Amino acid sequence: MALQVLAVDDSRTIRDMLQLTLSGAGFDAHFGEDGVHGLEVLEQTSPDVIITDLNMPRMDGFGFIEAVREQPRHRTTPILFLTTESAPELKARARSAGATGWIVKPFDPDKLIRALHMVAGNGDAR
Amino acid sequence: MRAPDPMAEIRASFFVECEELLESLQDGLTAMEGGASDSETINVCFRAVHSIKGGAGAFGLDDLVRFAHRYETVMDEMRAGRLSADAEAMRLFFRAADVLFDLVRAARDGTSLDEADIEATLSELEGLTGGSPKPEGEAEAVEFTPMTLSLDLPGLDISPDEAAAAPGWDISFKPERELFVTGNEPRHLLAALSEVGPLETRCDTSAVPPLWDLDPEENYLSWSMRLAADVDRERVAEIFDFVDGVCRLDISRCSSDVAGATACADRLSPDPTSARPDPEPEPATVPIAEPSAPTPVAAAGQTSPAPASPPEEPAKPKQTVRVDLDRIDRMVNLVGELVINQAMLTQSVAEMGIPANSPVSHGLEEFMQLTRDIQDSVMMIRAQPVKSLFQRMARIVREASASVDKRVRLVTDGEATEVDKTVIERLSDPLTHMVRNAVDHGLESRDKRVAAGKPDEGVVRLSAAHRSGRVIIEVSDDGAGINRPKVKQIAEEKGLIASGLQLSDSEIDNLLFLPGFSTASKVSDLSGRGVGMDVVRSSIQSLGGRIAISSEPGRGTTLQISLPLTLAVLDGMVVRVAGETIVVPLGSIVETLTLAGSEIRHLGPRTSVIHIRDSFVPLLDLGAELGYRTPLGQYDSSVVLLIAKEDGSRSALIVDEIQEQRQVVIKGLQESYGHVPGIAAATILGDGQVALILDPVDLMARASGATRAAADLTIIPGREPSAEESLHAG
Amino acid sequence: MSEQGHIDPTEQELLSFRVGEQEYSVDIMSVREIRGWTRATPLPHSAAHVRGVINLRGTVLPIIDLARQLGIPVAEPTERNVIIVVHVHDQTLGLLVDAVSDILSIPQGDMQPPPDMAEDASHGFIKALTIIEGRMLRILDLDAVQPGHETEAA
Repeated sequence: MALQVLAVDDSRTIRDMLQLTLSGAGFDAHFGEDGVHGLEVLEQTSPDVIITDLNMPRMDGFGFIEAVREQPRHRTTPILFLTTESAPELKARARSAGATGWIVKPFDPDKLIRALHMVAGNGDAR
Repeated sequence: MRAPDPMAEIRASFFVECEELLESLQDGLTAMEGGASDSETINVCFRAVHSIKGGAGAFGLDDLVRFAHRYETVMDEMRAGRLSADAEAMRLFFRAADVLFDLVRAARDGTSLDEADIEATLSELEGLTGGSPKPEGEAEAVEFTPMTLSLDLPGLDISPDEAAAAPGWDISFKPERELFVTGNEPRHLLAALSEVGPLETRCDTSAVPPLWDLDPEENYLSWSMRLAADVDRERVAEIFDFVDGVCRLDISRCSSDVAGATACADRLSPDPTSARPDPEPEPATVPIAEPSAPTPVAAAGQTSPAPASPPEEPAKPKQTVRVDLDRIDRMVNLVGELVINQAMLTQSVAEMGIPANSPVSHGLEEFMQLTRDIQDSVMMIRAQPVKSLFQRMARIVREASASVDKRVRLVTDGEATEVDKTVIERLSDPLTHMVRNAVDHGLESRDKRVAAGKPDEGVVRLSAAHRSGRVIIEVSDDGAGINRPKVKQIAEEKGLIASGLQLSDSEIDNLLFLPGFSTASKVSDLSGRGVGMDVVRSSIQSLGGRIAISSEPGRGTTLQISLPLTLAVLDGMVVRVAGETIVVPLGSIVETLTLAGSEIRHLGPRTSVIHIRDSFVPLLDLGAELGYRTPLGQYDSSVVLLIAKEDGSRSALIVDEIQEQRQVVIKGLQESYGHVPGIAAATILGDGQVALILDPVDLMARASGATRAAADLTIIPGREPSAEESLHAG
Repeated sequence: MSEQGHIDPTEQELLSFRVGEQEYSVDIMSVREIRGWTRATPLPHSAAHVRGVINLRGTVLPIIDLARQLGIPVAEPTERNVIIVVHVHDQTLGLLVDAVSDILSIPQGDMQPPPDMAEDASHGFIKALTIIEGRMLRILDLDAVQPGHETEAA
């Protein structure tokens, strides 16, 4: 089965690009438009890995990760932070919020896929 | 269907998204200007700029990224409370939003911009943050080198000679508890590593305690690996990037010669049974969790800032689907065909003499209702609020007022009024011109305002509203009003009207729409761009709209545009005139009546009026006005449509017969033929024949010209009213 | 049409038709269809050669009366007249003619520019002339017959 990905980003462009990259690499992608919506989508899916933006309306990336980690079944679900910032303190914040890793926007599709495999394995597809 | 290039599609949709983001940026800035200082408002602005930056980066739009980044940085300062949203900052923010808008457009259309303007705004933004110590282009440029994962792995020093060493890496890896808490999984990392090259792995299980001492949250395993791949260190380190700091990691070059390799192996690949070679003390450094604690996340929770959701939850964003406009237009056309088809069916049924209470007639009635509902729904898809248009005008006001040194406040009303998308797009140019005119010439200079006892700040008002099936858009100013003697004088000097005419105020005002007025001697920097009010009027007319002007000395000038709600359908009255079928827009008809001879007064050989309820209304023979026949002259017991203009003036149109009221599908004549005087568009009737749709106001305007001509009030033939900027009193 | 293969690339395919006693032609690539005459809805204040508009499968098609435009005396159109639907510069319009005659391939070299006949009503509407089987064939300049090309002084 293909790996299930939940990607949460308020930018349609970024969601479109993620969709293109993820489906091209054989992932099943689901999308949330902000933190709150992401949690709603999470209810209906069981992603193998989650990607989230930082700056979003209603609930930002930190709030989202925190809320995800509070759910027992997602305690260890890998979460990648998708951000334009790469300052070390941001990484520290991301990690302390419970993110597994981070990807700098704009993302290189290949690196994104590699990063996803790094945190979520290859699924049963390979 | 064409095979779409997905990136091109995403790029196109990025620019659409940009428009939306720019709109919410404007909204946010306007709210801030109006005193909103809550963090969410600033956040909205920040996110808008941030999202533009994010998308722009993906498409390598460097100019856009650079500007957005600077802008966003300043906003971040404000967000953090280190900068206050004073008038100066707001002014700059608005200007930066304008520049951002231009940059987006330039990126979209592949055009270039005035660098100096951008640089000036950039450095002003920089100045706002107190001269950021970050040298331009360095820190940011590094951050935005596209497609990088951060690779800084502190503590991993590479000695220079290592670089030249033979292929292969020895890696020792000992995850700490935190690694698991953040959702990392050593297994996947090892798998990723094995994709780089052949990987030899040894797992050290020596630290695993007896089962009864085992903490399920704790890690007791470590790995030693040899990667036989000639890759650079970064490639290896990249895999461990996410776990940097939550594991013990050592990556060292492994020499390819046998001895070296053995040494390497001896050093780094301990025999599973041997004691741990790791010199560091091990489990002691790992925090011990409470045995029963199921959520190590709690630790994370403490350090994480919790900005979560604002107290009052904004409405959930509505679900939307993006659809190619072509598809909608195709649907609009199909619905148009459906309407015509249904009309034909109705006509056939009527001709068959089927009684009105039969099931067929009932079914047909329901069909008509459904058709109408479908049509309305389809039209709704194309409708958009005029807000985006008004926001663009806000910018025009800002720019225009700055360049003529006037203080201008733009007041908008009815931004949510929805109009067909095409109408909105095509309104942009004429409205821009009207707004510029209002600022540039409608409003007096500051001195003159003060001298006239008015506030120094002028007001330009922009409003939109639905009124009797049309959209009314008004641009008004509180300036000095039209300087009528001057207008008349110029019209005479330019030979547009004969001198010495007695013209009413409204007639003089309408001289502003005359072509030729605009090529005024003084071409203003703003208004004069070779576009005059005649051009404004014709672009409004091409949308099936009308423009009217009114002015009050000392109080200001108002330009009113009246537009059809949609460019696709119309409720009309079908009439017969001189053997032709004509559709008269229902919205313009006040009432229909049959004339009695006594109501008619003849003012001249070609001019008659009717006396209705204490007022005299000019009588127009529609057949003659359209050039289909010579005037009948005898109108006793004729059928008359009483038509009203937006300004309340009325005319009576004589027709031969009223056939029915029905909805018709508008088919443009403009594209296929060009403008036809007195005619708004065409339609196709149930019998398949083309019928023309009347533009009653245009017809009345032309007819009144003819009337004046008859009364020796000559407006030069072929000329029509139009406006000019320098004619406002100023 | 030109799929036959061995057509001289310099040859132009023309649709020839009759207006009164004269023979005209247009580039066949601009012809969309040929249909019978139906009454056109007259446009107010239009030039005499603008017959009006007809319904062409849901679109409004302006009809140019070529005879009137070219100053050729003809009778009022009947059901035997035809309309040649042509496409010029993204505009579609119908040309009212008497009858369609033939499809001809004429080498470019056989076409000559029209002589200057300023007083002829057809002056300005003819792009080229050629002789075919002893008859003179006029090649119509479609740009010139487009409504809107003329002045709007109607």
